[in-house]
Amino acid sequence: MSRISARGLVRSLAPAGAAIALAFVLTALMAAAFGASPAAAVGALVSGSVGSSASLAATLLRASPLLLTGLGVMLAFRSGVFNIGAEGQLLVGALAATAVATRTGSWPGQAVFVLAAGAIAGALWAGIAAALRARREVNEVITTILLNFVGLYLVSYMVDGPLKEQSGAYPQSDLFPPTAELWRIVAGTRLHVGLLIGLVGVFFVHGLLSRTALGLRLRSAGLNPRAARVAGFPVGRDLFLAFALSGALAGLAGAVEVAGVTGRLYERISPGYGYTAIAIALLGGLRASGVLLAAVFFAALGTGASAMERTAGVSAVLAVAVQGATLLAVAMIGHLSWTGLQIPEASESESADAA
Amino acid sequence: MLLESFLAAGLLLATPILLAALGELLVERTGVLNIGVEGMMLTGAFAAAMSAEATGSPGLGALVGAVAGVAVALLFAWCAIVLGTDQIIVGAAINLIALGGTGALYRAFYGTTGAALVLPTLPSLPVPGLASLPFVGPVLASQNALVYLALLLVPAFWALFRRTGLGLRLRAVGDHPQAAASLGYGVRAHKIGAILCAGALSGLAGATLTLAATNTFVEGVTAGRGFVALAVVVFGRWSPWGVMAGALLFGLVSALQFQLQAADLAIPHQLALMLPYLVTLAVLVTSPGTAVAPRALGVGDDPR
Repeated sequence: MSRISARGLVRSLAPAGAAIALAFVLTALMAAAFGASPAAAVGALVSGSVGSSASLAATLLRASPLLLTGLGVMLAFRSGVFNIGAEGQLLVGALAATAVATRTGSWPGQAVFVLAAGAIAGALWAGIAAALRARREVNEVITTILLNFVGLYLVSYMVDGPLKEQSGAYPQSDLFPPTAELWRIVAGTRLHVGLLIGLVGVFFVHGLLSRTALGLRLRSAGLNPRAARVAGFPVGRDLFLAFALSGALAGLAGAVEVAGVTGRLYERISPGYGYTAIAIALLGGLRASGVLLAAVFFAALGTGASAMERTAGVSAVLAVAVQGATLLAVAMIGHLSWTGLQIPEASESESADAA
Repeated sequence: MLLESFLAAGLLLATPILLAALGELLVERTGVLNIGVEGMMLTGAFAAAMSAEATGSPGLGALVGAVAGVAVALLFAWCAIVLGTDQIIVGAAINLIALGGTGALYRAFYGTTGAALVLPTLPSLPVPGLASLPFVGPVLASQNALVYLALLLVPAFWALFRRTGLGLRLRAVGDHPQAAASLGYGVRAHKIGAILCAGALSGLAGATLTLAATNTFVEGVTAGRGFVALAVVVFGRWSPWGVMAGALLFGLVSALQFQLQAADLAIPHQLALMLPYLVTLAVLVTSPGTAVAPRALGVGDDPR
């Protein structure tokens, strides 16, 4: 257990405070640039994201898939796996979850299997990239990017083909039966157990990386793959595990989204969660607790922006620019890096190893 | 006839990918990993579309697209090279800023639903002498100026890297920045120059998309093509010819996919859309050899 000191608390919360302050300033500036009232825009941003129990619930609801995919990306990056494929892994997770939910009838305990199907599908989808890197030395950047598109078109085919709703009216799946839906955890809101799964994920990923032998091996492989190999670590097998766990978290996010929020699958199920997850993992400093804060922060900007569009007339899509600008500014102030810790020699020996 | 129009369409569809990938190749050769190419491309596509619509001149639109790409590249260079912020983070942030910024501006101009923009298109410039030849004429020599530019840049980049001192310095900076610095090469200057060129090429890639390939702008019009360009650089093993092969493969299969849909075969169109990505994957898996990335790619601790 790490001791909690006042200074430590300040140090860990300072980037979060800076991020929020920056987001306010940027939103005000952009609102002014678009001819809206900066004060009204920021006010709507706050009240629309955390101002009431309903808006807070909406924010946490939105944070769930971001948190799980963010954790997946973070785990991959820390393990030296440049997985840009969270989007595709999320989509096939949602696809597998939908197949179990809408094509196996309705039975007690179904929701558990719906989630499991999502996680397994995500892991297998990431496993393709892992296998191609391990067996054919194909760089995972390219495979995960290509597989994102394959996953997207696979979903769009399935909801217009084998998984299309019985009535056949729209390219979407049937509604999930109640047994396949996630339990609501707060009465009167749509908050579901997916948020708790995300929180468990935070502890799981943190514990895995910092408290287990596998975590040590993964971090070593991330920092210096050559040293990890020299130390006798099973780098090849661990690579598969890192990919699979990362993909499972993203796939779980997809399952959570369809079983907890939309209740059915359709083509545009993900507004790019898997790509946003990269920004969230980085903003979170590639630490589990940081990813949690960053996911809630990005979600709050998203829900707040919808309110801002309704009341202050500032386009909601601007929130995406604020997310990006905040990430950039925090990275400059906080010296974030995509490997978490950067040791220059590591990259050099890695390439010497590859040559 | 059918083959000619198919090849011509494939070449046109390959051009945005090729331009962006050549830019990415240049920066990656200097050791900079720019995952913000999607954002640069989107900004270029937007700026080109808006200025072409406003002035009625697609040529001016393309120029403005390139300038917009350079502007985004300046932000990237300032953050990643001058201030030393992590390249991956800067790239990821630029993608978000471009997506949100162009989306908000587009909605400010055209409302939330978005008007059906019909943009002036880049004219085809028949090459004198070549355009009248059979086959070569319709496929290669009756394209727009940006297609020619993309094709000419391939041998130009090859010559740059293999035959010039500048190319040698660029590669040295990307392979071993410390050694390059000790030889007196300006590591940062080379990187910044490469980033700005890549910005111009990505902006032109976006302009090709809106002014020649789709003739309209919608939010997020690049739809991941910047990421495809990123993949094509790895596919092409950091060589201009390889990058061209990757972009052409992607463009041709994309064109084939349209032909399949037009031919009214029993293939669902979603599966046809998947083809370019699947074929690229298949070629990668079956082609032997290992990639040779610039040695200090993405390291980002520059000596001055």
